[in-house]
Amino acid sequence: MDEHGEQPDVRGGLNPKLQGGDDQALQQGHPNHPKAMRVQALLMAFPALLGAIAAEYATPFWPFAILGPVALILAVLVIFLPHRRYAARGHALSDDRLRVVRGILFHSDTVVPFGRVQHIDVDRGPIERYYGLATLQLYTAGSHGDVVSLPGLAHEDALAMRETIRAHIKRESL
Amino acid sequence: MSENPNNAPPRQTVSREGPASGPHAGEAEAADGLPKRTDPRTFVVQALQVIPRSILPLVAVAFATRAESQFGLWIMLGIGGLILALSTVFTFLGWWRQTYRVGDSDIRLETGVLSRAARSVPYDRIQDVSLEQGFIPRLFGLTEVKFETGAGGSEEIRLAYLTSEEGARLRELVRELRDEAEGVPRGDASVAKKGEAAAAESEAPVLFSMGPRRLLTFGLFEFSLAFFAVLAGLAQQFDSLLPFDIWDVETWQEVVGTQGKQLSETSRFVQALTASSGVILLILIGFATGILRTFLRDWNFRLERNPKGFRRRRGMFTRTDVVMPVHRVQAVQIATGAVRHRFGWKSLKLVSLAQDSGDSSHVVAPFAKASELTPILKVAGFPLPPRGLQWHRTTAAYRVKSALFGMAGYLVLAAGVAAGAQFIDGGRFDWLWLIAMAIAAFSAFAAIRQLFLWRVERHALSPHHLYKRTGWFAPGYKIADRVKLQSVEISRGPLGRMFGYVTLNLGLAGGYFALPGIPRSEADALRNALLASMVEKDFSRLVK
Repeated sequence: MDEHGEQPDVRGGLNPKLQGGDDQALQQGHPNHPKAMRVQALLMAFPALLGAIAAEYATPFWPFAILGPVALILAVLVIFLPHRRYAARGHALSDDRLRVVRGILFHSDTVVPFGRVQHIDVDRGPIERYYGLATLQLYTAGSHGDVVSLPGLAHEDALAMRETIRAHIKRESL
Repeated sequence: MSENPNNAPPRQTVSREGPASGPHAGEAEAADGLPKRTDPRTFVVQALQVIPRSILPLVAVAFATRAESQFGLWIMLGIGGLILALSTVFTFLGWWRQTYRVGDSDIRLETGVLSRAARSVPYDRIQDVSLEQGFIPRLFGLTEVKFETGAGGSEEIRLAYLTSEEGARLRELVRELRDEAEGVPRGDASVAKKGEAAAAESEAPVLFSMGPRRLLTFGLFEFSLAFFAVLAGLAQQFDSLLPFDIWDVETWQEVVGTQGKQLSETSRFVQALTASSGVILLILIGFATGILRTFLRDWNFRLERNPKGFRRRRGMFTRTDVVMPVHRVQAVQIATGAVRHRFGWKSLKLVSLAQDSGDSSHVVAPFAKASELTPILKVAGFPLPPRGLQWHRTTAAYRVKSALFGMAGYLVLAAGVAAGAQFIDGGRFDWLWLIAMAIAAFSAFAAIRQLFLWRVERHALSPHHLYKRTGWFAPGYKIADRVKLQSVEISRGPLGRMFGYVTLNLGLAGGYFALPGIPRSEADALRNALLASMVEKDFSRLVK
């Protein structure tokens, strides 16, 4: 299972903190991924901040009773969390399976054999496009974990991984 | 919706039926490739089905307007006539505008009166074809044909209604075409298979069947007070129409009180007799409901072995005919009930790639002894756990956590109900206190249950299967084929981190299989073993 020499050139290098569990070495996503996550968090935080400001004016509490805590939480979400989440993520592509590790509080570690993949998507949102990223999505027939998504890959890496998996499926189903 | 990945050529070519089939000759026989409507009597059946549904609203309207004036009846009749006329027109248009065609590589359905929808399902995506005969369609000799895809639910094609012969013919046709699409060699092989299928049709071995006696026993265990739930639901729906408030304790005290006064004049014995006869009546109705429902659903239950797998027919008024090929069985589930377990009765259900509606849809033996299940399990390829397997429990910490949280959940609920009883309008909701106490008592039971579950719930890995034993009062098994799993996930929430356990979630087509509360090291070992089995075979080899 130790074939990461055959893998496409995945930027970001190995993630030393996340080894163990399996003998596959985990790799981190593209370094741009935390930036993209931060922009996403910022976009999410904006309406919440507006709501807090509105509530601040509408309610008779003392100043910053609502805005203060909300702003603090949003600051944590936008400033610190993307890097933590990025550090908790990892993936490993071996010659017959993909392993995706993610989550801090709700941690999950998923393995999909290529032989069970029904179809493959490479998705890119506007933010991901700006940072040159893409999300690889593998669909299986299972009711649980029917779609395994791996965000934060460089676009060309995602395409290369898709080709690898597709080639494997084609070889196996012949 | 448009599921046509292989960009099939247009269906107009009617090459399959040979040169003789002109555009009109096709109408008589297969008519493959030509758009067809469903049976004209569909329209009559659907109109008949609308009538009972429109009666209840009419009665409600009649009730609501009865005091207004003597025109109430006329208003009702007018509205009724309008509803009938409109539904008739729409039913007819719906039937007129629905066509289906059986093409070379897919089956297509076009529907819609104003907005048209065209759905195409390629044969190699059709998992199976099932026939269902409702009561009214059965009177007309019609049947509903459903083409099941792996997607389940919405993405299937249903044709209502075709004649029974047309349904059976379509099923055979689609099976043959699907096998061709899947690359099963044609020519003499298919001829041989046809002969084989015909032979099997006449003398298919029956794996399991239930006669009236068995159904009666089964029905006794299906004791149900659903009848009263329906009554209560109706009462709630129409309680504004009733002359008294049925949710008021005082109403009932009055009712019981007046009767009690009369009774106390006779004797205590008669009083006790009345009370106990009421309870007995309740029990009798419960049993009668269970027996009736069982007879309606499972009348003349037959499970046969056919060349590809199982064929199940059952039902009294609505007769269903479902074929479940063995290679599409992903896992099996053996279940029982707390009471029927004491008498050795079990049920067997298949988890299939083609999932059709309802939870009891793939039951192959709803009420059987263990010895009757063994041959079915053998055919399905899921044997009972052999002796000498290494069984593993969940961690004790997981059970402690489940007990604590289960108990806390019920206690919070009880506190909520008690608060409700306290604050809402005093005496009128006295019975809420009883409910609160019952829930509080149940929380203790929930905690004790976890202790026993820790003793009995376990899992084991055999060379080809994964076994999970579940339940305390009603022990059951879930058996999955190691090769037929789709993915493996180890997940851990904040509680799992605190108590040191993970959950192993297995991707299973058409069902769920999870092992919660196991240590991480064990989950890793299980995952490695399962993945090693899974990579042996590609998905395309699993579904054939």
